[in-house]
Amino acid sequence: MKAGSNLEKVLESGKFAVTAEIGPPQSANPAPLTHHAKMLKGFAEAFNLTDNQTAVVRLSSIASAVIIMREGVEPVIQMTCRDRNRIALQSDLLGAAALGVKNVLCLTGDHQIFGNEKGAKNVFDFDSIVELQVFDQLRREGKQVGGEVIKDPPKAYLGCAENPFATPYEFRVSRLAKKVVAGADFCQTQAIFDMDMFEKWMDEVRSRGLDKKIHILAGVIPMKSAGAARYMKNKVPGMIVPNHIVDRMKNAKDPKEEGIKLCVEQIEHLKSVKGVHGVHIMAVAWEEMVPRIVEMAGLHPRPTVE
Amino acid sequence: MTDRRPKIVGFCCERHGMDAVVMAARSGKQSDASVRLVQVPCTGRVDGLHILKALEDGADAVFVLGCLEKNCYYDTGSIEGRKRVAYVKQMLSEAGIEKERVEMFNAASTNAWAYPEAVAKMVEVARKLGPIGGGERQ
Amino acid sequence: MIVAKRKPINEIAEMLAPYKKVTVVGCRSCVAICLAGGEKEVKMLVSALKVKNKKDGKKQQIEGFVVERQCEKEWIKEVEEKVLESDVTLSMACSLGAQTIGDMYPSHLTFPGLNTGMFGVPEEQGVWSEKCVGCGNCIIHTTGGICPIARCAKSMLNGPCGGSSNRKCEVNLEVDCAWAAIYDRLKIQNRLDLIDKVTPAKDWSTSHSGGRRVYVREDAKLTPHQKKGREGVQ
Repeated sequence: MKAGSNLEKVLESGKFAVTAEIGPPQSANPAPLTHHAKMLKGFAEAFNLTDNQTAVVRLSSIASAVIIMREGVEPVIQMTCRDRNRIALQSDLLGAAALGVKNVLCLTGDHQIFGNEKGAKNVFDFDSIVELQVFDQLRREGKQVGGEVIKDPPKAYLGCAENPFATPYEFRVSRLAKKVVAGADFCQTQAIFDMDMFEKWMDEVRSRGLDKKIHILAGVIPMKSAGAARYMKNKVPGMIVPNHIVDRMKNAKDPKEEGIKLCVEQIEHLKSVKGVHGVHIMAVAWEEMVPRIVEMAGLHPRPTVE
Repeated sequence: MTDRRPKIVGFCCERHGMDAVVMAARSGKQSDASVRLVQVPCTGRVDGLHILKALEDGADAVFVLGCLEKNCYYDTGSIEGRKRVAYVKQMLSEAGIEKERVEMFNAASTNAWAYPEAVAKMVEVARKLGPIGGGERQ
Repeated sequence: MIVAKRKPINEIAEMLAPYKKVTVVGCRSCVAICLAGGEKEVKMLVSALKVKNKKDGKKQQIEGFVVERQCEKEWIKEVEEKVLESDVTLSMACSLGAQTIGDMYPSHLTFPGLNTGMFGVPEEQGVWSEKCVGCGNCIIHTTGGICPIARCAKSMLNGPCGGSSNRKCEVNLEVDCAWAAIYDRLKIQNRLDLIDKVTPAKDWSTSHSGGRRVYVREDAKLTPHQKKGREGVQ
């Protein structure tokens, strides 16, 4: 065991894992986090706490992690390279580990132009792959990127994200391979709507044997409306939403129900794809639907692994 | 006697532009403005600096009259002219000066109405805005 | 070359407002090529400021000059008199030119007329784009001759990120994704193996992060004896 997290135990035991996301609030109020933690407890192995997602200032992911841990819920902290240099990233990894956080998702981070602090100076000392490599070395050898060897290195289960739907498509599996080499233990993918394309990507992943080296959790997003589908199709860079999905949402009598149904179908399908070791449910601002989706997809109760 | 008429400077190409001016003159149209016409080989030769200098030296409004864009004697000259006018307009806006004081017009050689219309438009602008910096015409 | 952009005229006018006598100095190097601060731009700015002063009923003496390379002291000597007899000098060079005048005449006011933007190249007439950020340790032999630090919005060393759509950058859909371009270039060069390897953390100490940089070539430097000799000649 690298960190001994619940997520690590489930994945390493070969069971199908579930992760979901909790968006920290745009305030200093911990109540929404506590509320979601209570509601979602037991419906996933661990919950991602986004790190100022889309560059909008929010309660910090590490603080959020500690708040949900008080409710007995396991966090995955997201750590982007946008706002912190190597000094701060390594320091925060030590701090998070000391607070008992065991799962860390390494991300380059959304550019600040998408957020509410457009005048910010970004950092990008690292990209996500360098971050993985540095964190991996720190946890294995206790060696900082600058060469200093520390006592009591952090324990961490390291994750990454990958987007099979961003260009150039031909390079996407190679990029996953680089993340494996850099030290990633698990990978949460961008939300999948185009199953054919995802399966093609998985074919290549398997043919290169990567599914044996990294646990892939397929990403899904339940949609509330046809508008949401159209928005993701047209406005979110690196996202592919096929027309038949937009149409299905558009023609639905009850779009919210349809969105849930669609999401459950997608999970059912993804469960059957060889090499997929779990799902990652990103119910953005719709966290209360996660228990229903997990139940409907036959993924409840969650396994316990010792 | 002081000339209180609006002061207009026009840069006019010697091809379709001047032909249109001559056509207008033959038709006997008169203007009550003081128009200083500067003949240039092509409106592509008009520099933003020429326009600014005219304003600096006392013009209330400046226009550029060239060939129709698809029928320019030098092919793309009047397109260049239009771009120069657009840039001067931008500079004037930045400086807080009415950009309407500068305009581009195009004419075919037989358009007897084109030149009087350009003058009339610039006179209207000059009357509305007055001399740059206000005050009476000296 | 260094690519700059003229400041808006109202901003320039506001800077210059308290002063009676203004000397504008342009530069015939980079900023002339990028149509920001060459002879033509100096003349047009001087004229526009005069028109503005006329409109505002303001008396101000403004004169324009251009030097060959404003970042070199020798060329500035040519306009020294004009600089020093003014109340303020407006530099229409990049910030290097403005700072060189400022450093030469510390008690004299020198203001910037341009916003210095980038190390860029003319892509086509009227279009300039950034291609280098001066990190001090060039790696483009490993990236198909395309700099990911300057041309990727997130300076990724192991890109492309997940926002690359249709080979365009998510930050500006008009701009090509640097890593899509690197991929394509390496593919035609048969060198894709170069980006299959993880590029480790970059040492930024050679960049501005390492502090202000001063490069010295000892063999080109004048010895104290040589310096004395030159002063004697002048």
